[in-house]
Amino acid sequence: MSAGVGGSAGQTVGGTPGRIVGGRHGKIDAIDAMVGATKYTDDLSLPRMLHAKLVRSPYAHARIVRIDTSRAEALEGVHAVITGADMPERYGVIPWTPDEQALAADKARFVGDAVAAVAAVSEEVAAAACQLVHVQWEVLPALTTPAAALASPLRIHEANKHGNVTKHVHLDFGDVDAGLRDAALVVEGHYGFHGSTHAPLEPHCAIGWQDAAGLLTVWSSTQVPHYLHRELAKVLGLPAHRIRVIQPAVGGAFGGKSEPFDLEFAAALLAIRTGRPVKLLYTREEVFLAHRGRHPFDMHYRTGFAADGRILAVDAKSVLDGGAYSSFGLVTTYYSGQLLASPYVFGAYRFDSTRVYTNKPACGPKRGHGSVQPRFAIEVQLDKAARALAIDPIELRRRNFIGADSRTINGFHVGSNGFLECLDKVEEASGWRARRGHLPRGRGLGVAGSTYISGTNYCIYPSDLPQSGVQLCLDRSGRVRVFAGTSDIGQGSTTMLATLVADELGVALDDVRVLAADTDLTPVDLGAYSSRITLMAGNAALVAARDLSGKVKAAVAEKWQCAARDIVLCDRRAQRLDDPAVHVSIQQAFQWAEAKFGTLGSVGSYDTPRQDVHGDYRGGTIGASPAYSFTAHVVEVEVDEETGDVRVLHCWCAHDCGKALSPVLVEGQIEGSVYMGLAEALLEHHEAMPSGLRDDGRRRDPGPGRDGLLMASSLLDYRMPTALDVGEFHALIVEHPDPRGPHGAKEAGEGPLHSAIPALCNAIFDAVGVRIDELPVTPAKILAGLRAQRAAAANAHRPMPATPTGSQ
Amino acid sequence: MPGAPHHGNRDGAPLDATRARRIAIVRFHLNGEPTAVAVPVHWTLLELVRYTVGLTGTKQGCDKGDCGTCTVRLDGDPVLSCLTLAVEAEGRAVETVEGLGVGGEAHPLQDAFARLGAAQCGFCTPGMLMSASAWLDVLALADDPTFDRATIARVLGGNLCRCTGYTKIIDAVEAVARELLARREESDAPVGADAPDSQRAVAP
Repeated sequence: MSAGVGGSAGQTVGGTPGRIVGGRHGKIDAIDAMVGATKYTDDLSLPRMLHAKLVRSPYAHARIVRIDTSRAEALEGVHAVITGADMPERYGVIPWTPDEQALAADKARFVGDAVAAVAAVSEEVAAAACQLVHVQWEVLPALTTPAAALASPLRIHEANKHGNVTKHVHLDFGDVDAGLRDAALVVEGHYGFHGSTHAPLEPHCAIGWQDAAGLLTVWSSTQVPHYLHRELAKVLGLPAHRIRVIQPAVGGAFGGKSEPFDLEFAAALLAIRTGRPVKLLYTREEVFLAHRGRHPFDMHYRTGFAADGRILAVDAKSVLDGGAYSSFGLVTTYYSGQLLASPYVFGAYRFDSTRVYTNKPACGPKRGHGSVQPRFAIEVQLDKAARALAIDPIELRRRNFIGADSRTINGFHVGSNGFLECLDKVEEASGWRARRGHLPRGRGLGVAGSTYISGTNYCIYPSDLPQSGVQLCLDRSGRVRVFAGTSDIGQGSTTMLATLVADELGVALDDVRVLAADTDLTPVDLGAYSSRITLMAGNAALVAARDLSGKVKAAVAEKWQCAARDIVLCDRRAQRLDDPAVHVSIQQAFQWAEAKFGTLGSVGSYDTPRQDVHGDYRGGTIGASPAYSFTAHVVEVEVDEETGDVRVLHCWCAHDCGKALSPVLVEGQIEGSVYMGLAEALLEHHEAMPSGLRDDGRRRDPGPGRDGLLMASSLLDYRMPTALDVGEFHALIVEHPDPRGPHGAKEAGEGPLHSAIPALCNAIFDAVGVRIDELPVTPAKILAGLRAQRAAAANAHRPMPATPTGSQ
Repeated sequence: MPGAPHHGNRDGAPLDATRARRIAIVRFHLNGEPTAVAVPVHWTLLELVRYTVGLTGTKQGCDKGDCGTCTVRLDGDPVLSCLTLAVEAEGRAVETVEGLGVGGEAHPLQDAFARLGAAQCGFCTPGMLMSASAWLDVLALADDPTFDRATIARVLGGNLCRCTGYTKIIDAVEAVARELLARREESDAPVGADAPDSQRAVAP
């Protein structure tokens, strides 16, 4: 299937001779992971380090009357106990919605809200001390659904101006009502998207330590060291220059580590209080409580089509179940509508989205933030329209293609756009034309398409500073050092930087050393979110590398009495373009340059374009990106009509990433995205027990640890697919270079998740005629759909396939 | 689970967490080296390797046997070290990811995982490598060395990965297994004659 064994991960094969970009190579730091040498936060230990644990609320909604920590403090081995009163400053990753406290001081808003923390000589002693922290609670009704929260006079956040609504967005583009009136077909339906969580295999961990000079260092498994740095300064009341954030290797994140958490603040303050290093490691259950995962959506969509399949109007209404805090919810609410207006032309578009607080772990950004749910609804609607209008579903999508260098109805400028080629590739690879409609009942093919951003055009706080900076140094030994604020969370941003720099400076991948994500030593990068690093840090790295390659070439040209443009740097040497026999080692070339220019260093930075990128209306900047990726999926399923079991046999995913700088890594992002999308559609559910219901569904009195308790907070109950549960994934790279990306590169880490889910549901309909409009896909829903289908067929005496269960 | 060596209660106040626990001496082979360590009797093998001898390559992902990141080999068999008491290692051979290479050379699995992109965040990798290497050792001696990708999926079924979708992990294990069989066929013609054709060609 792939290349054989031997050689190193840093060795590049394939691609253009002499070039690293586009060649097949592994991650430059892969071998460390292979020998167990990669250091994640929990692998670090410091002398005299203490261990901390958090006291968490057993109630979904309860006022804190008082907290007595005296018994905990008296326990032998306990060094400090802190509560919400010690860090009352409210913060939020989105500065407009500061509704969180490091430790809740006034009330708990979900089962698991942290209210106190203990530092002790061991985790065991800290955990025992947590049991001795006495909290007197005033239990309040738990509002565990958006409907209950909207109906209740009780506010989850008393300071919120709009009851339990955290954000409402309503935007209108064009005449939707006229479009629906003129439509030959209106597809209308209700769509439900359930909650799911990131479940990275590395539990969150943080270590705090304040040195003798007063510098506070926080090591954290974060994917946003810069935002953590800012929020630590705010909450702890320390100037930013007295805080250093270091992100060690991170064992997966997927959006679940993209804001500060209680553990970082608690470890930091406990370290300050005790004068000793303090580590706080989440248990697996606490990872589920920290959450910030996929918002459950209730959606109502009306989409009008012309007889030829063109989309005349889309009218979308969504309610987002936000959980206990805002998190990134302001952005999620915008994204729920703003990211839908491509890759298809919408004649007119209106969306109305309302995010509601509930007494459950807060939702936030999971891979494909805010746009996976609406994408599910619209792509299922397109499939219904294709059936009703008797147009091939791929053809229907082609007819609505928005094109390259185009503008969405909500004002975003789309640059390169390889969506049609994505459709072509999945059509061909899946054998769509020959096989669709000819598979036996129970087997089916489904298609869907999508788009995603390559970073957000604006920082989450008002800023006119660059989004990313990179600093380079050339070494006399022929090595290159890269300093970047980028967070490698497994996606390979460190390798991406090395690839671009090595390619430009003519060294091997192994010659590049990347020091990343240390706020004392590296320039700022905003972090690993919104698929921004390749485009933004990549551009910054290219600017810096080109500065230095220019100097090296100038120095070599001076020696050789030729023009700098006649020099090429590749394969660890400098050579003449017209006569490769004339060459010198790259080490010698660097030394000539250092002799000529002095110590060789450079900086590069990137900021997003501000002109002609987005609409000029309130909210028109949210969802705007320098460049957009495009994706198409075809899923092949097998549905067991006796048991309702659905198996994915194949998923073909074609993704336009602009330019695959490292094709092996891009394939990995595609395969991992497909996996994660199908996993949440078929198996996973992050769900809390609804209030007022007992295990057997009857009403009961509210009690501790029931209302709002997570129903699957272990890796056994939360059914992450194993190697036995996945189908064959086929990653197909499409390259339509975008002028704004480094070598044309766009994102690859999140886009390939989106349309996997509707493609799956469309394939299920193709297989057995059952529509799944409410996720997740479960055997019970399949069987109910089949029963309804048989009943309808019996009543109407119509042949199969019968009317689907969803509306059409 | 304790995250650090246990400290007894200096005043002797009888509280579970601070109560002094019995210490056991465990003598075993760790990555080929004779080793003796003192651990509290209630400690797991995972705690022993991470906190007593400092081999942090073995990961704690769930601490209850669900994820497989803590997989080590005990007398050659893959076991979940978070569900194995440290004292069970007495007199036995424990192998961790740090000991997987042979004589300073990377194990072929380590090499294939690195080159083929089988590790993204790398957190599941040590456990994956221990499960896969145990199977390869069995395969090398098996009477019937037939396997396919579904076989490998079963071998890795107890090791969760959240990044890769397993595709490249199975690719890497498959590539190494095919090379192993090819070498075996070369050196052992009778077995090779019996071996069925590969379902997939060994890549160059």
